[in-house]
Amino acid sequence: MHRHFGSRLSPCAILAIVSMSATRVAVASSLRSPQTSIFSPVSTPASDIYHLSLLVLAICAAIFLVVFSLLLYAVVKYRRRPSDDDREPPQIYGSDQVEIAWTVIPVLIVVVLFLAAARVIHAIEDAQFPPGVLEVTAVGHQFWWEYQYPGYGFVTANELHVPVSEPGHPTPTHIILLSADTDHSFWVPKLAGKTDLIPNRRNEMWIDPHEVGTYLGQCAQYCGIEHAKMLLTVDVQSRDDFESWAQAQKAPAAVSDQVAAGRHVFETTACVNCHTIAGTAAHGKFGPDLTHLMSRRTIAAGVAENSKENLRLWITNPDDIKPGALMPAMQLPKQDIDSLVAYLTSLN
Amino acid sequence: MAASTIAVPPSEMPISASLRGRVGMWCLIAAESAIFCIFVVAYLYYAGKSLSGPTPREVLAIPWFNSICLFSSSLTIVLAEKAIHRGEIKTFGIFWFLTIALGVIFLIGTAREWHRLIYHEGLTISSSLFGTTFYSLVGLHAFHVIVGATGLTIILILTILGFVTRQHAERISVFAMYWHFVDAVWVVVLSVVYFITR
Amino acid sequence: MFDAQPLSPPIVVTPELESAKPLFDRVHEWVVTVDHKRLGLMYFCYGIVFLVIGGIEASIMRAQLSVANNHLVSPETFNQMFTMHGTTMIFFAAMPIVFGFANYLMPLMVGARDMAFPRLNAWSFWMSALGGIILYFSFVGGSGLYGAGSAPNVGWFAYAPLTSRAFSVGHSTDYWIVGILVSGFGSVGTALNVLTTILAMRCPGMTLRRMPLFAWLNSVMAVLVFLALGPLTAAQLMLLIDRYLGGHFFDTQAGGSAVIWMHFFWIFGHPEVYVLVVPAFAIVSEVVPVFSRKPIFGYSVMVAATVAIGFISMGVWAHHMFTIGMTSYGNAFFVASTAAIAVPTGIKIFNWLGTMWGGKIRFAVPMLFCIAFLGQFLIAGLTGIMLSAAPFNWQLSGSYFVIAHFHYVIVGAIIFAVFAGSYYWYPKVTGRMLDEKLGKWHFWVFLIGFHLTFDFMHIPGLLGMPRRIYTYQPDRGWDIWNLIVSTGVIFQAAGVAVWAFNVVRSYFKGKVAGNDPWDAWTLEWSTSSPPPVYNFATLPVVRSRRPLWDLKHPEDPDWKYE
Repeated sequence: MHRHFGSRLSPCAILAIVSMSATRVAVASSLRSPQTSIFSPVSTPASDIYHLSLLVLAICAAIFLVVFSLLLYAVVKYRRRPSDDDREPPQIYGSDQVEIAWTVIPVLIVVVLFLAAARVIHAIEDAQFPPGVLEVTAVGHQFWWEYQYPGYGFVTANELHVPVSEPGHPTPTHIILLSADTDHSFWVPKLAGKTDLIPNRRNEMWIDPHEVGTYLGQCAQYCGIEHAKMLLTVDVQSRDDFESWAQAQKAPAAVSDQVAAGRHVFETTACVNCHTIAGTAAHGKFGPDLTHLMSRRTIAAGVAENSKENLRLWITNPDDIKPGALMPAMQLPKQDIDSLVAYLTSLN
Repeated sequence: MAASTIAVPPSEMPISASLRGRVGMWCLIAAESAIFCIFVVAYLYYAGKSLSGPTPREVLAIPWFNSICLFSSSLTIVLAEKAIHRGEIKTFGIFWFLTIALGVIFLIGTAREWHRLIYHEGLTISSSLFGTTFYSLVGLHAFHVIVGATGLTIILILTILGFVTRQHAERISVFAMYWHFVDAVWVVVLSVVYFITR
Repeated sequence: MFDAQPLSPPIVVTPELESAKPLFDRVHEWVVTVDHKRLGLMYFCYGIVFLVIGGIEASIMRAQLSVANNHLVSPETFNQMFTMHGTTMIFFAAMPIVFGFANYLMPLMVGARDMAFPRLNAWSFWMSALGGIILYFSFVGGSGLYGAGSAPNVGWFAYAPLTSRAFSVGHSTDYWIVGILVSGFGSVGTALNVLTTILAMRCPGMTLRRMPLFAWLNSVMAVLVFLALGPLTAAQLMLLIDRYLGGHFFDTQAGGSAVIWMHFFWIFGHPEVYVLVVPAFAIVSEVVPVFSRKPIFGYSVMVAATVAIGFISMGVWAHHMFTIGMTSYGNAFFVASTAAIAVPTGIKIFNWLGTMWGGKIRFAVPMLFCIAFLGQFLIAGLTGIMLSAAPFNWQLSGSYFVIAHFHYVIVGAIIFAVFAGSYYWYPKVTGRMLDEKLGKWHFWVFLIGFHLTFDFMHIPGLLGMPRRIYTYQPDRGWDIWNLIVSTGVIFQAAGVAVWAFNVVRSYFKGKVAGNDPWDAWTLEWSTSSPPPVYNFATLPVVRSRRPLWDLKHPEDPDWKYE
């Protein structure tokens, strides 16, 4: 019986080939998508991992191709054909040589993988920092991020700013990871692998982004009801831009008589129990530092744009934006909320 | 095709089904050991890490008398086992009773030690890491002693009522394995709590 | 010279005989039974019911995640869904199904009349069942974080300190603890029975080297249960002490450690997944030889490899904790041990392949599921290798890549093996064959659904999507993949529905099976279908691993070659 493969492709086959190719293209372009792909690193830890992943994926792909082909071959070649009689095939019980072969080869592969992984573990975890390293302490909260810059002496929230690190003059950022309540995890795929923030435990990680830009991520360890909305934003800036940002953050809060009413509301209601505004009577540590609130693009840990409307909505009822967030609805009269919003939007 | 015509070489006969009690008890001991292991690991991990409260050295006294009682009860239970294997039910009953008595003395001793720790030394399960891990580990062991003593007592009652005979010797031995296990755990707990980390 | 029990004539159990007894009596018989076959069936059916319930929980999640910023369910409900889905599937679906197979088949395969401790067997089943009922009672009776409702919402591995009284208000977490604690006693009881039966109740002539692989692998499972359930029980007792007696085991404010919960949990959690997968290996090791018409390739190596897997599995647990900040030496150790477990696992895949090689493969439905198992378990193992490389794990852990990996094992390997086993042994249990055509529909529809969901699920993980999030931002490029993943659920549900229909219909209308419809070789096929309550009138005597092969091929028996 003759079979002519390729002489006439059936419509099904054409459809299959086209859809598989389309999928492959979609997958490939998607995997290089700019936002949070692990395959487009801009920082050394992420790129070390990326290069290791290529080796691991290559080895696994090779193993898959070999073994799966053998499986397909066996299924096709050793299938029972209608013309077969009822005799049983030769009853083979095993073969020591074959067993040794397919033990030794996997052992070798495992050794190679272990050595490759161990090298990268050491490179990342035991890295030594140059003198220009920026020290940041990140504290995880339910459901927002606190960032302390001990070298500069200020505290901010939710949007991490770091300087770009040039190859000739490296200025990595060393991040100490703490938690104020339960477990969290800091994951910005393009910058590094994730490291957990665990209460009563000091973890650390480092990044040295080579490209200016904004990099996204989110909390990667279930921390409670709004774990899904504990987003991460890392702004990598040029050295000069970073310095100006840091100096602006160091300054105490902007003062303006026009919003004195709002400031008064802030300082005399429960706001001060949770929030700090540097230079005022508000020293609360439970919620994000609001000294330079308007220097941030978003509120509620990346979930909503930082606009007047959203601020009003947030103060009136946080559950409308992030149901289960720990900030209570403040039950303030509309007038107070209006002046509060005016005040907060003045905090540049 | 009567079974008596079968000639299976002795090396190919599986172990006797009457040994299933022992095999089962070993399985239970393995599972229980895993539980105790984790409590011991927690105790060791937290040794010296308490933020407040009395330290082991300040409040713990080595329970010599208690321990000797408990270890002796392993001896008396072995003597009881031997007695019932020989068919001497009365002797069995006496040694069995002694085993229970020694176990109960151990429990009373533990209760008195806890009373002193709680009311005179101020060490409770919520005082500190030491308090939590101490009471949990020793308490878990004491709970197993209570369970064992309860089982022993039930058997003693059945013996007094005349239901226990030489035919039950194997089952008695299986139960005794549990009691030996409880003793062996005390060896570990005693060493870890009262010697190694005190 | 040996003797053997003659093959008894097929007995067809028709439903008419059963319905002669009053309903109450029939139910009562099942409730008080200590017969391993009935208990096995009850375990299996219990597991299937919870498989369906867990599937509904998954469907709710997948519906919510089909599009970004969806509002189908609230965050509270979603968080309860992933907690209950994971807990249900592991403890109340997979484990009972595994115990069901072991209970029903193992005594038959080793030539025993029942398990070693029939009453303990019954107690174990009812404890396991009670655990599930307690957990699900939480939907009605539990209470949680303000407005967060009733069922537990702390994730199936319940990390501290989220489970402390401070962060888990009310009783929902307690239902999680107590439900699992209670069923854990049942699991230990069943494992005790399995191991004791294998060690002490084999029929004459059945040395350990002549025992079916099914029995060997289930005994490895039993040992793992003893070693693994203890740590979970201990950790849960500690959590109860923290929550109710003011203990500080996991109280980070008092100097306690959140990490130690992780260690204790995963010391349980990793061997637990081998408790689930090794019995799946057992099923495949029985089905593949029969449908390849050859004995298993490398019996001794298979035993050794499985024992090695069991042993090594006790030493890999912290590969679930690569991101918690262990030292480079700690991380490296667990990379080594995890990668090492790939070697015996690979050996097993090769041996199954070797069994098929040179055979005459019959593509009956059980074999279709086994072939899919082999391809899928291969992929699952390879994604496991990827995850074992710690730095790669730092990106992939806690993401949808991990979810894809472990579902590839649990669904792609374990559930496929369970389906294979159900088609293979249904004739023995009921006396009738499952419909082959419906079976093939089930296979193909479920296969498509499985691959739609779990192949594509790897991609959002690679694109940075973490797990346990009730919704996601539309700017991350995850939308299309989530939609495809969710679509696969429909096919899987349809496949399972076809199977369930087949199971029920064939009970009444299936082709009569006889003792040995597959021309197989182990002892269970020598009894009637279904077997009599006492299994064997006279205990069989065996001389090789395939006693029925010896009977059918007296000119070329196995014992000449073993």
